[in-house]
Amino acid sequence: MHELRDEVPVAPPAATKRGRAIVVTSGKGGVGKTTTTANVGAALGATGASVVLVDADVGLRNLDIVLGLESRVRFHVLDVLEGKAELDDALVSDKRVPTMKLLAASQTREKDDVDTQAFRALIERLRERFDYVLIDCPAGIETGFQNAIVAADEAIVVCTPEVSAVRDADRVVGLLGERLSIRLIVNRLRPALVRRGKMLSVDDVNAILRLPLLGVIADEPGVIVSTNKGEPLALDETSTTGSAYRKIAARIIGTDTSAPEIPREATFMEKLFGGRR
Amino acid sequence: MLDFFKRIFNPEPSSATARERLRLVLLSDHLALAPDVVESLKLDLIAVISKYVDVDAANCDVTFEQQDRAVAMLANIPILGMKPAERKPPAGPAAPVAPAAAPPSEPSSFTDSAPAPAAVIHAPVLEPTIVEAVTGDAEAVLSLPVVVAAPAAPKPRRRRRRRASVNPAPAVG
Repeated sequence: MHELRDEVPVAPPAATKRGRAIVVTSGKGGVGKTTTTANVGAALGATGASVVLVDADVGLRNLDIVLGLESRVRFHVLDVLEGKAELDDALVSDKRVPTMKLLAASQTREKDDVDTQAFRALIERLRERFDYVLIDCPAGIETGFQNAIVAADEAIVVCTPEVSAVRDADRVVGLLGERLSIRLIVNRLRPALVRRGKMLSVDDVNAILRLPLLGVIADEPGVIVSTNKGEPLALDETSTTGSAYRKIAARIIGTDTSAPEIPREATFMEKLFGGRR
Repeated sequence: MLDFFKRIFNPEPSSATARERLRLVLLSDHLALAPDVVESLKLDLIAVISKYVDVDAANCDVTFEQQDRAVAMLANIPILGMKPAERKPPAGPAAPVAPAAAPPSEPSSFTDSAPAPAAVIHAPVLEPTIVEAVTGDAEAVLSLPVVVAAPAAPKPRRRRRRRASVNPAPAVG
């Protein structure tokens, strides 16, 4: 067995609200950071906790469309940072999850336009109002990444079982350093391929990254379908993957201390009757 | 033909290839990110070699490069001349780098009169141990079983187990 890093602190402070700021990052692009942020955020919100999802991917805004809230964004994070809009006007509500808000990124600006200290102050403000501040980090390790991590004290590293993603995740873990407590979500696992030795397993990935495992998400059509519709899978009570996201949320909150399940292959009957949408 | 049957009956799963490639590339990455480790390795190498020959310490160079199945350490240490006093290496535990390996032919063939050659130590790093390699840029603590001028050891054909988190150094070197 490999040693794991220190466990993250669980209990939120009671007196003045100081929510937990968690950055979702990966280094490599396209591994599912935004989908993960949307689903984990929705799952956290569904428990009744107050959550704000902050899209830090300025210039390539996507969290709003994955959540299905793209038509409701009126102001974005830079409007708030530059005083062009009030924070409350920029927070987008979600009818499905009343306790969840979205602060969208700007599509027409660049990452260098974000003032690091102002961004940090904004996250601090949000922490006073929300139990969880989830920051969707842009890909790469440049300015956008630095801005996104500076205000967080926890990180979720999303990694797919591919050599490129693992290498980049390893680099990101090094850059995150000791200050942040880091946990891992292995995304897009295909159990059948793992069984046939055609894909790295969760253990293979974590033998390199050596992080506490927060959850494992299967590569399944439901994730794509839910993104198409803008309906987070985490809110679908019938979905196995949705349940995996809800368990991730429970582990973040601290109500679930069980070890994450590794997705299994669909049985013959499940394949025959479709089972999943 | 043999290859064909090998492939049919004993295919190496591509995930094993992925594991091996990742292991090597991350070793290179961590070495590149730990310049202070490489620097002190270089200084130690120079110190050891200086016991026997005068070296041009200012122009020493230690690099790592990824080769087919190993990460190789390349130490380029220009030699200025023999040390006049200590012709005979001291016996006993002072053997410098590779106790098990055959004496390197290239560095030992020069004489005093020859123009200063460079001792090129070409050392395949076999099973490096990285302790806490993921915790920070400068924390890759390396134990390098170095074999001087020996060919790279053949890779084990099938690796069923992942390397443990803290590897015991292998028997070689």
